[in-house]
Amino acid sequence: MLQIMEGSHAVAEAVRLCRPEVVSAYPITPQTHIVERLAEMVADGDLDAEYICVESEFSALSACLGSSAAGSRVYSATSSQGLMLMAEVVFNVAGMRQPIIMSIANRALGAPLSIWNDQQDSLSLRDSGWFQLYGEDVQEMTDQHFIAYKAAERHDVLLPGFVCFDGFILSHTYEPVDIPTQEEIDAYLPKYVPYNMLDAKNPISMGMYATPEYYHEFRYEIDRAMDRCATALSEAGKEFGEMFGRDYSEHIESYRMDDADIAFVALGSLCGTVKDAIDEMRADGIKAGLVKIRTYRPFPKNDIAKALAGVATVAVLEKNISIGSAMKGAVGPEVLHALNGTGISVYSYVTGLGGRDIRKKDIRNIAELAVKGEGDMFYGLREEVL
Amino acid sequence: MALRIGCCAPPGKACDNKTGSWRVFLPVVDPETCTLCGNCVLICPETAMEEVEGKIVVDLDYCKGCGLCAEECPTDAIAMELEEK
Repeated sequence: MLQIMEGSHAVAEAVRLCRPEVVSAYPITPQTHIVERLAEMVADGDLDAEYICVESEFSALSACLGSSAAGSRVYSATSSQGLMLMAEVVFNVAGMRQPIIMSIANRALGAPLSIWNDQQDSLSLRDSGWFQLYGEDVQEMTDQHFIAYKAAERHDVLLPGFVCFDGFILSHTYEPVDIPTQEEIDAYLPKYVPYNMLDAKNPISMGMYATPEYYHEFRYEIDRAMDRCATALSEAGKEFGEMFGRDYSEHIESYRMDDADIAFVALGSLCGTVKDAIDEMRADGIKAGLVKIRTYRPFPKNDIAKALAGVATVAVLEKNISIGSAMKGAVGPEVLHALNGTGISVYSYVTGLGGRDIRKKDIRNIAELAVKGEGDMFYGLREEVL
Repeated sequence: MALRIGCCAPPGKACDNKTGSWRVFLPVVDPETCTLCGNCVLICPETAMEEVEGKIVVDLDYCKGCGLCAEECPTDAIAMELEEK
C-alpha cells in the first residue's frame, strides 16, 4: 500500500522490517531523522533491538562491529564527517567480513562546512571493501536496504554495504512509498546465520594479526568476495522483483539508450532531473540517453560497457571531486576504463558540489560541452566569486 | 594455514605464528651479573623470556629483539647484540 512518507522515515521503516538485533548510530545532519525514528521504535517496543547510544561515530561503528562479531544482524547510519570519523572501523568491518548495512545520507565534506548534498563522503570510501548502492528516489533507496541485507549475509559474500541516497533531496522529501508487510519481508529475508561468531563455548579470535606471508591473500579474498557480491546483489534484486514487483536485478538502469548518440552517466537523485532533460532534448531531436549506476561497488564494468556500446560521447555527472586527478571526478575514470579501446569519448563534469542545484538547462549545457569535446572540468563555476 | 574468512583463528593460533624471524638484535644474558630479579620476564611483550633452573632463557621463536629487557635490567646483565643470519 502506498503511503506518503519522509525518505528518512521510510528508511527507518525498512530497517525495522529487516529485524536488526542491534542498532548503533550517532545523529548527524541529514541522517538524524532515520536514527531518531529507530530510537523511538525501540523505545516504544515496535522494534525488538538493542539501541546502543554512543558519543561518536567511531564508537557507533565499533559497537556495530562487536555486535556483528557476536552474531547479530546490525544496522547503522551516518553522513559526511561522521563517516570520516568511522573510517578506521569501516576498513576493519570489511576486513573482518561482517555484513553490517549502513545508510549514508550523502553530504559534502568540510572544510568549508556544508550540510548540503553531494556524494563525496561515500565515494571517498570506495576502496574500503563495502559494497555501495545508490538510490534515485525514496522507493528505490528503501527497497535497497532489503536487498543489501540479503546479499551481504550470503556466506559466499559476507561483506558490509552502504545504502546511499542524497541527503535532504531524498532523506527529507515526502514521497508515496510502498512499504512491504512484516510477513512479506520475513519470507524474503530469513534470520541472519553467522558464518563465524564470538561464542564463549567455542572461542575464536577475529580480525587477527596477519604477517606479510598472509595479509596479501586476505585482501585478494575480499576482492573475490566483492566479485561474487555482484551476482548476489543481482539475485537478491531479482527475487525482490518477483515478490514485490520492483525489479533490481540490474546494477544499472538504462533510460532511452536504444539509439542514443550522447549518454549521461550519473548516480542517485540527479538521475530524475537528467531523465526529464533527456525527454526535452529528444523532443528537440537530440538523441540523448542515461545510464544510471545503482551499484558503484562492485563496479558493473561489463553492464556499463554494454549499455554505452553504441554512443559517440559519454558525459559523466560527478557530485564529487577527486582532487588532483586528471578527470576530476571519481566515477569518470571507471567508465572510461569500461569503454577502453572503443573510441567513445568520455568526459567528467564536477557539478552540484555542496548542494548546488543542477537544473535541466545545466544537463543540456553539459551535453553541448561534451559534443564539443570540452570536459574533465568543473561545470557551472561562478566566475564572479573566483 | 588455510585462510579463514575475516582472519578468524581458534585459540592458541598465535603460538603457531613464529615471529622471531623479524629480529635484528638478540638479547644475550650474562649469568654472572644476572640477579634473577625477573624484571625482563615481566616486561617482555612477547613472553619470550623465562627463568629455567636458575637461568634466564630466551625463546628465539618469538623474541623480536625489541631490547625492552635490556633497558629494564637493573644490573645491565642483558646486552643486545646484532644477530648474524
